[in-house]
This record gives sequence, C-alpha cells and structure tokens, in this order.
Amino acid sequence: MLVDWQTITEALWQTIVMVAVALFFSMIIGLVLGIVLVVTRKGHLWENKYIFTVLNAIVNIFRSIPFIILMVAVIPFTRLVVGTSIGTAAAIVPMVLFAGPYIARLIENSLLEVDPGVMEAAQSMGATPWQIIIRFLIPEALSSLVLGATIATIGLVGASAMAGAVGGGGLGDLAITFGYQRFDTMVMLITVGILVVMVQGLQSTGNILSKKIRRR
Amino acid sequence: MITFDQVSKVYGEKAEGVKALDNVDLHIEEGEIYGVIGFSGAGKSSLIRCVNLLEQPTSGTVTVNGQNLQALSPKELREAKRNIGMIFQHFNLLNSKTVFTNVAMPLLLSKTPKKEVTKRVYELLDFVGLRDKADSYPDQLSGGQKQRVGIARSLATQPSILLCDEATSALDPDTTNAILKLLKKINQEYNITILIITHEMGVIREICDKVAVLEDGKVVESGSVFDVFSQPQTTTAHNFVSTVMHDQIPDSVYELVRKQDAHNQIYRIVFVGESTGTPLLSQIAKQYEVEVNVLFGSITELQGVPFGNLIVQFEGEEKEINRVIMHIHQQKVSVKEVLADVG
Repeated sequence: MLVDWQTITEALWQTIVMVAVALFFSMIIGLVLGIVLVVTRKGHLWENKYIFTVLNAIVNIFRSIPFIILMVAVIPFTRLVVGTSIGTAAAIVPMVLFAGPYIARLIENSLLEVDPGVMEAAQSMGATPWQIIIRFLIPEALSSLVLGATIATIGLVGASAMAGAVGGGGLGDLAITFGYQRFDTMVMLITVGILVVMVQGLQSTGNILSKKIRRR
Repeated sequence: MITFDQVSKVYGEKAEGVKALDNVDLHIEEGEIYGVIGFSGAGKSSLIRCVNLLEQPTSGTVTVNGQNLQALSPKELREAKRNIGMIFQHFNLLNSKTVFTNVAMPLLLSKTPKKEVTKRVYELLDFVGLRDKADSYPDQLSGGQKQRVGIARSLATQPSILLCDEATSALDPDTTNAILKLLKKINQEYNITILIITHEMGVIREICDKVAVLEDGKVVESGSVFDVFSQPQTTTAHNFVSTVMHDQIPDSVYELVRKQDAHNQIYRIVFVGESTGTPLLSQIAKQYEVEVNVLFGSITELQGVPFGNLIVQFEGEEKEINRVIMHIHQQKVSVKEVLADVG
C-alpha cells in the first residue's frame, strides 16, 4: 500500500469537513429557495409569477450542469468567496452551488406534499403567512424533509469525491490518485469501503430520524 | 349575524368561468343552527369559504357580525377570523403535533400566555371528552375523536360563529350522531351561531333550525327546517327530503294505485304537529260509509314536532269518498290523490 493509515484518516476527515460545511450552507440556500418556490407558486401564500419563474429557471440551470464542469466553471466565483481556487475550502464553494438547488427541489417536493387542508385550517385560524410556514408547513413536512436532507448528504459525499479535481483532498481524491492512477488496489478498496459504510450509516440515520419524527 | 348579499363566485376567466355561486342571498341569525344542503358541485364549499374569506367572492358582500370582512386590512381580517371557528370534513389536524398542541394552536398563534393556554386547552378537551388523549397524536385517534379535536381547536379562541364544512361526512352514522349532539351542545351552551354545509339531509333534520337548498350555485329554497321538510317546493328539496323522510311510495302500493277507480281511491295524507294526535282515520271509518285501508305510513319527528305521512285507500261510493276528502280538508290536514304517474 502506497499510503499509511494516517493519510487515510486525514482524507476521511477532509471528506467529513467538506460534506458537513457544504451541507450546512446548501441547506440554508436550499431551504430558502425551496420555501420560496412553494409559496410563490400559483394560488399559494405569496403568489408571484415572476419570482417563481426566474427561481425555477435558475434552479434548473444549476441542476443540469454536471458537477465536474460546475466546479471548473465557477472558479472565479470560488476565488472571490474563499480567496483561492484550490484546496478543501475551494471545493466547498462549488459543492454548495451544486447541492443548494438540489436541496431546494427536495424541499419543494416535501412541502408540496403537505395536505392543503392543513393550510386551509391554518388560514381559517387567522395565521400569518410566516406562521403558516413555521408552524404548519415545515413541521408537517419535517419527516419528509429529513429524508430529503439524507439524500442530499449522500449526494454531497459523491460530489466530494470529485473535489480532487481542484485539489480538495478527501477519500475520493485518495482513491483516484493512488488507487486508480497508481494502481494501488488496496487503497481503492479501503476508500471505497469507507465510503460505502459512510453512505449506509447516513441513510440508516436519516431513516431512523425521519421515522422518529413521524411517530407511528 | 352572517348576511350574504348578492354573492357570486366565479372560477376562471369571467366569460367562460365556472359559476360556483350565483347571486346568493342568505341571512343567518345569531344563535341559529343554519344548514345548507346541496349535491356535490352545488357550490356549498365556496359558500362556506366566503364567510371567512378562505375564498374571495367575485361580487357581492358577506357581512359577518356587522363587518364586511373584505373591507378589512390583512391584520384586521386575521383578528376577525379568531371570531369564526371552522371544522372540516377531513379534520385537517397537524399530524406532527399532539392533540394538546393541535387544540392550543390558535392560541399559540395569537401569542397567548402559556399558563392560560394550558388551562383553556384542558377546559376544551374536557368539553369534548378527550382529556386523556392530550398527549396522543392524531394518527392514534378514530375519526370521531379527530373531529372532536377539530371542534376543540375551533373553539379555542371563543368564537361566536362556527363553520362546519361537511363535518360529519367522513364519519359513520353513530359517530355522526355523537358529533351532531356535541354541535347542538355548543350551540346551546355557548350560544354560538353554527353554519353547516352538508349533503346529508339527516344532519339537517337532527340539528338545524333553518335550511337552504343550494343547486347550481343558487339558493332554490330556504326556510325553517320544518317548512321545507313538510312542504318542499322544488324537486331538489323534495329529493333531499325523501332521503330521510321515507315518504317514497313502495312499488307494491303502486300496483294498487294503478288499479284504482271511482270506488277505490288512494290518497296521501300528511299530518303536521297537533293534527298528528287526532284519530282522523277512525273518525272517518265511523262517520262515513267507506272502508279505510292504510297502505303505507311513516311518522318522523322534526324539531320536536311530529310529522306523519300516510298512504290510505278509501273504498266506497264515489260521493261518499268525496265527502271524506272534504272532511279531511276541514281538519287542516294536507290530502292529495296519489296518481300512478306522479306519486
């Protein structure tokens, strides 16, 4: 094996940091975008054709760009935000731009699943639009939102593997540079093994959490 | 309390839009239980939603408690809505929250102090008989229990009006009766005006004081439940009344009707209120030379007043039968010849 365990642990840590930080920011962006995409649609709380159409198009554009191309394409923007275009921090910026719109769609779907009757009840009680979002829409969709966040997290783990392209480090980077380019099968197996365990763990945690929220 | 003045509601563009409500005029007095009945698609849902502006009337005004809600600012409207409770066919509870939180929700929205909320919620749960379910989730409740939670929630802000949107349509007959009793109790104990929309005539018969029949967005008939049930003026109203009054003539009777002649005539006699108590038929049998044969009959109670419906066959001389009919007319009892083709 061409690398020691310490390198692997470091790579694992880099992956975790990339995913966690990217998840944090993309959740914020996704939540805001997702909610706006729901409430500005026809017949909803703040119906607004223009905002909806524009946001909808932007989300679609970002969703259609493959991550590896997005990463390179946004380098000037990345430099503007974190001051550099290489390294772990530099990888996080495109990851957020990639996952944000993706999470927005997932959240949009979850929120749209909420029974319109519940919204009607909220309106009949004289709830403000904000109260409807905070006290009715989000709690009712929470279980489904958690599942969405789980899918997004796993998507980010996948995206982080490509971060090697900008010197982002992490398990994927290790697998490519040593496992693939230098034919070190052991490194390949170990990194892939860790990624599989990680994804399994994330999915199970997400499922358990979602079920707990649903309380059945 | 609630007045509809020339209210219309059109969905879609005005030219080819669907007219859900067509110049509806309706007046609901304080303390009344007012029922609106109609088939699905008659505009009932739009009608009830125009009261708390879940839907905006396209034209006309709805006045609630002397206020035209359409003229209010959003903030004033939210305030006004706290005075109008609403319950739904599918309950519309928050499945992610406990029964307690569901009932507390309207109070939490108006930022009521916590202590007060707890006190009020337990009061309401006691009233609907669900105190022990406070920590349960809606999924763990039966349909009837869910509607009780819905009712408790709608009363949280001490409204003076309660809107019931097909509140019993998803419930079985026993549960329906229990919920109707509860609504009656609310009406009597808190003097809350109740507007009910339903397609079940049984609901109207059980608890309503007044009824309006809605068809194609128009009120085709309205009045006291007693008047509409005893003398429905329109076919729609008559059809609804038939569903609960069992005044449809059975086929076996029709056979006899077809065979009737001058000496053998069949009449429908409708007794209302006090006249139900008079021994009309036995008087006729004693005073006149006719045979009296009861073919079919039913007696229902409406608003505490008995309401009888009899199909009777008179056999005898034509002249004698005519005298009998005269006699019945003098008793202020409605009598009508039954013909094979109209019933």
